[in-house]
Amino acid sequence: MAVELIKERKTVAMTGNQAIAEAMRQINYDVVAAYPISPQTELMGFFAEYLANGLVDTEFVTVESEHSAMSAVIGAAASGARAMTATAAQGLLYMYENLPIASNWRLPITMVLVNRALSAPLNIHCDHGDAMTARDSGWIQLFSENSQEAYHNLIMAVKIAEKALLPTIVNMEGYIVSHTIGNVNLLTDKEVQEFIGESDWRKNVPHPLLDTDNPVTYGATALPDYYTELKYQQHEATFEAKKYVKEVLAEFNELAGTNYDIIEPYKLEDADFAIVVMGSTAGVARTAADILREQGIKAGVLKIRLFRPFPVEEIVDALKHLKAVAVLDRHDSMNALASPLFQDLAASMYHLPEKPLLHDFIYGLGGREVTVEDMLKAFNRVINLYTGKETRNRFVEYLQVRE
Amino acid sequence: MAKRKKFVNIPVLTHLAEESHQWPYENPLAPGHRMCPGCSIPPIVNMILLEYGKDTVTGSNTGCLEVTTGVFPYTAWTVPWIHVAFENNPAVLSGAEAAYKAFKKKGKIDKEIHFVSINGDGGTYDIGFQALSGAAERNHNMLYVCYNNEGYQNTGYQRSSATPIGAFTKTTPVGSKIVGKEEKRKDLTLIMAAHEIPYTAQANPFNYKDFTRKIRKSKDVKGFKFINVLQSCTLSWRTKPEEAFRALKLATESLYWPLYEVIEGRFWRINVKPSKPKPIEDYIAMQPRWRHVLKMPQVLDKIKEEIYTKWDYLLRMEKLSKELAEDLGFTLDEIFEMSWDEYQEKVKPKLKEKTYLS
Repeated sequence: MAVELIKERKTVAMTGNQAIAEAMRQINYDVVAAYPISPQTELMGFFAEYLANGLVDTEFVTVESEHSAMSAVIGAAASGARAMTATAAQGLLYMYENLPIASNWRLPITMVLVNRALSAPLNIHCDHGDAMTARDSGWIQLFSENSQEAYHNLIMAVKIAEKALLPTIVNMEGYIVSHTIGNVNLLTDKEVQEFIGESDWRKNVPHPLLDTDNPVTYGATALPDYYTELKYQQHEATFEAKKYVKEVLAEFNELAGTNYDIIEPYKLEDADFAIVVMGSTAGVARTAADILREQGIKAGVLKIRLFRPFPVEEIVDALKHLKAVAVLDRHDSMNALASPLFQDLAASMYHLPEKPLLHDFIYGLGGREVTVEDMLKAFNRVINLYTGKETRNRFVEYLQVRE
Repeated sequence: MAKRKKFVNIPVLTHLAEESHQWPYENPLAPGHRMCPGCSIPPIVNMILLEYGKDTVTGSNTGCLEVTTGVFPYTAWTVPWIHVAFENNPAVLSGAEAAYKAFKKKGKIDKEIHFVSINGDGGTYDIGFQALSGAAERNHNMLYVCYNNEGYQNTGYQRSSATPIGAFTKTTPVGSKIVGKEEKRKDLTLIMAAHEIPYTAQANPFNYKDFTRKIRKSKDVKGFKFINVLQSCTLSWRTKPEEAFRALKLATESLYWPLYEVIEGRFWRINVKPSKPKPIEDYIAMQPRWRHVLKMPQVLDKIKEEIYTKWDYLLRMEKLSKELAEDLGFTLDEIFEMSWDEYQEKVKPKLKEKTYLS
């Protein structure tokens, strides 16, 4: 490590972008590739200042596009480097071609996705549209509720990616988290370094390109005789990944005194109704659940931290006893039955003989403010659907639209 | 649920690891690849690898070279090689080179490793131009070679911006209203020289001495190097396989493909000056894809205008370069023949002295 800056734990008021840049400094990546896009730009700016002041050893590749950003981190990771990039929305779509390649090659890349709505219309504010496009790409995906979690998630992601040998996205909501100040408990530089371990090009990946004594071919064509087997290996790896995520979360909890899990239930044990949500909305949903509990309605919340691989068994266990569940999707999966989180939940519960009523709400698009009233509205709608006071003709509806 | 099989942690591994096959190889691009008979890509790649040697990380965009050399579970590559997609190999190798630098400066790797990206003209002139220009501007220490067969041969021959005017391709067919490609080829070598990268060259595998010298030069030069090498395609040019190299020879002798090299966009040197250039018609006649233009005086005139104007331009650039070299107290040949370190030491300070406003 270039310079040891934080020798004792401390709490600092930081935005999400500052917290991520701080984690990047402490991780001291070998290679970071960066291309500007709002709301990620600021994050790389903070990191560049660390670099300019000699606080990290990183090779900073300021590429000419997001496509090249992902290409460069693929090249770096295949060489054996601990490599990272960050992007949002259109930037993710532009680099998308390379995402399934990184995952099939089992490269332990980490990427921060500062969630932003997809064009059109152009909008730089938050929703999960970008993350959802990557859901089939084979990348692990973690969601962060606030800047503290974003900071912790990135440190954990490095270890998760290297253990599972799968690239990992850390989602952090644009502006809502990236530009909002909150308290962040920082670990010491030494603790972070010890947690992730020293970067060694011979060990970070099984077959580093830089090992010229044992030359490997990355990116061979596989025809119908091998394609299926090479996908199957990856398929199995994604199922194995959950185990590694749990292990790393447990180790991290031990270190940081946190209480993280792949899903985080709130007052669900005795609940009748619940909201399922990812990201910053979890806090608002918990407040709504408390209000309902004061009125005698048994409400709870399920926050999902690990979106990919989708934790089917854990989610089913947490929700199977409920009467009705409001699924909150910050994205519209056009032309589908409903949006992605709903689809995954509904499919996960398909085999249960008795299952809760599920209803999908599209909310918070393009940075639309999410209030406690919105959450109460979602709760009341599913309660009324359950009791038969209201009916529905679709599984999905917009929660906050002006008609 | 059935117990899941333990997954295998091998991403892609296709190296033919036979004991008897070790560096130094006679043909570093191992036999058994799937390139067409008469294709001039294999000698190009072999010439590069023979000069660069074992400690070289290579890569390619999607294209002929890529699909024919790595078909799982086999590979023809005796050095590390990476192919990600159609347009991004210089970006991929930017990352690899950055990784190497990161470990090098921490003392975690000792040996000297070179980086070479070898790609077709579609992935260079068209879809991959952005990644190429970006890597050049960032001046990564790597060699980029474009094997230029003037079209998308891997997909069955469509036009690229390297295709010459009048040539037949599947997307510019010869019809009754439109005859072949209507636009002249893009001059990418000039564009790369205008990036003012340390070293730019145009080469021809027919002239293997010149080509290998340029490869050797590129290995010595630090920073981004670009070599554009003409490559005959027997399938699409429809030149007979046994005549591929004769066609390539004519390309240079007719001034269609001049051999020259440029240092930092400042010093230009022409390597082969035919005392009596062959008629361009002879070169065109060897290529059934193109020879219908022999009956089209207007198109032929445009081809000649392009070639002779470019040749004149190169002669003038060389003349200016000679003058500049002499002003600095060197001959142009001395500047090209000295090592990169010598160039930095001897030429650069004088260049600064001579050209800075005082």
